[in-house]
Amino acid sequence: MNLEIVKSEIEANVPGCRLELVANPSPSAQHSLLLDAEHAAAVALYLRDAADLRFDFCSNITGIDWPGKVVSQKVKVRKLVEGVEQEVEETHTTTVPGFLEAVYHLYSVEKKHGPLILRLRTQDREARVHLPSLTPIWRSAELQEREIFDLFGVVFDGHPDLRRLLMWDEFQDHPMRRDYVDPDDFEYEPTAHDEVLQRAQQHLSQASPVQQSEAEGR
Amino acid sequence: MSTAIHPAASFELEQATEPGMDQLLEISMGPQHPSTHGVFRMNVVLDGERVVRLKPVFGYLHRNHEKIAENETYLGSMPYTDRLDYMCPLTNNWAYALAVEKLAGIQVPERAEYLRVITGELTRLQNHACLIGFLMQDMGASGTPLMYAFRQREIILDLFEALTGARMMCNYMRFGGCRVDLPAGWLDQAKKVVAEFPRFLDEYERLLVGNEILMDRTQDVGVLSKELAINAGISGPMARASGVDYDIRKVDRYGIYDRFNFRIPLGSHGDVYDRFMIRVLEMRESVDILQQAMRDIPEGPIVDPKTKIRGFRPKPGEAYARIEGPKGELGFYLVSDGSPNPYRYRVRPPSLINLTILEDLCLGRNVADVVVILGSIDIVMGEVDR
Repeated sequence: MNLEIVKSEIEANVPGCRLELVANPSPSAQHSLLLDAEHAAAVALYLRDAADLRFDFCSNITGIDWPGKVVSQKVKVRKLVEGVEQEVEETHTTTVPGFLEAVYHLYSVEKKHGPLILRLRTQDREARVHLPSLTPIWRSAELQEREIFDLFGVVFDGHPDLRRLLMWDEFQDHPMRRDYVDPDDFEYEPTAHDEVLQRAQQHLSQASPVQQSEAEGR
Repeated sequence: MSTAIHPAASFELEQATEPGMDQLLEISMGPQHPSTHGVFRMNVVLDGERVVRLKPVFGYLHRNHEKIAENETYLGSMPYTDRLDYMCPLTNNWAYALAVEKLAGIQVPERAEYLRVITGELTRLQNHACLIGFLMQDMGASGTPLMYAFRQREIILDLFEALTGARMMCNYMRFGGCRVDLPAGWLDQAKKVVAEFPRFLDEYERLLVGNEILMDRTQDVGVLSKELAINAGISGPMARASGVDYDIRKVDRYGIYDRFNFRIPLGSHGDVYDRFMIRVLEMRESVDILQQAMRDIPEGPIVDPKTKIRGFRPKPGEAYARIEGPKGELGFYLVSDGSPNPYRYRVRPPSLINLTILEDLCLGRNVADVVVILGSIDIVMGEVDR
């Protein structure tokens, strides 16, 4: 399976789609295709139904978190220093924005080929974390996209039942993100003991010294 | 976090469809229920005894296996994969080792490949035998069939113990091979166990296959169509029971599976009975593979001497590898950034994905059938929740 050929085939059949080949330098040589979110559903539908491709089996779907990073670069600049023009090294820092990624591994049961790896990227990690859901095309995405929503916080538009899968519904954060920090106490709930203790302490502070020493067991 | 959490799906109780039934009943089956094979919960809405809606609830055994593995070295996760599907530790080891080998481009010596096939197929034997036992238990055949299966499983676990030192948490595979070689006399013992296995299968089949009660409870129950099976990513024996001709041992030919002669049994109805029969037939094929593998196993090293076990840092990149586990397609997806621990470590759990269609299979059936259908899917919560 040549990814270049698949890419040009998709481009010919899904007008307007923007595809990018993501090379994989490891010995596995499993290269992937980066889709644009707008045309993802159309491309997926084409991949599933095209007679020579028939990627009818969407095996594995997973998320990856790529936090933004600060890249510093040293640049030599000519500058006037104390009236003399000199070559000075300056450090420029640029922030590369982070994003969340969903990776789809497709196989074909009919043609017995694969994997074809698709990637979808969100615009950032905070506000614009929406991706189109591929559940209407492959039912196998249903639970796996819910898992990505739960653990990474990608919102899949068009998913029929987007709820947390593994964490409980009231949970706030997304544990698979790289910058996730465990809360000190997962489920802190004030109990009756706290109230009783507070009342007892108030009572003790108001009591006479004798009662107080009695209460303290002296 | 800015992403809104959607409220839990709440069932609006509708008008019942059958006359005389003016109310629907919502019950929670699980998480502590004898039929749910662990801590699994189903929210079932019933109209009389008929299932109108069913929503599975996951997460009771969630420990974020993937996050733990990302903070661990590559080798450090190997013993932890045992705990995913704790019925089949050796196939979990195999899938993970295969993914790392793909990621780092490691070759496996021939003897190690044979050892993997032998231990992997033994795992399949004991998994399928136990699954049938548990299925019978779910149907009310208390004890006897399960004990027959467990008697056989014990014999195989004894082999695992002699080879790896542990009965269940085997931790046997390494990147580029296996951890230890066979102890003296192990192969003869294993040959004996495998030679006697068909006798157990004959007995089991005589007891069960034509059993009237079993046929009554399982035939035409939980029918899964071929199209839905493929579209919903159902894999393993469950997909093959629906007639999907897809076995990764044949398709990917990973390891040395191209050297063995074996057939892929396929079902035609996709009901619970077919799922049960597929397992019986697959065990017979596994016995065939085992006999060929134990006949042909060569002498030689069991691990590639060039692989670095300590300070192992694969080059940046990613790899997805999958094997035909006893429960379905078990895959591992790894992303390396060149550091000693994986940047992303993902398990493709067959048990979870096979549960996608649970509601489809149960709608319109009785509560008692839900138990049987769930039993035939073959789940282990350690893998579903991770």
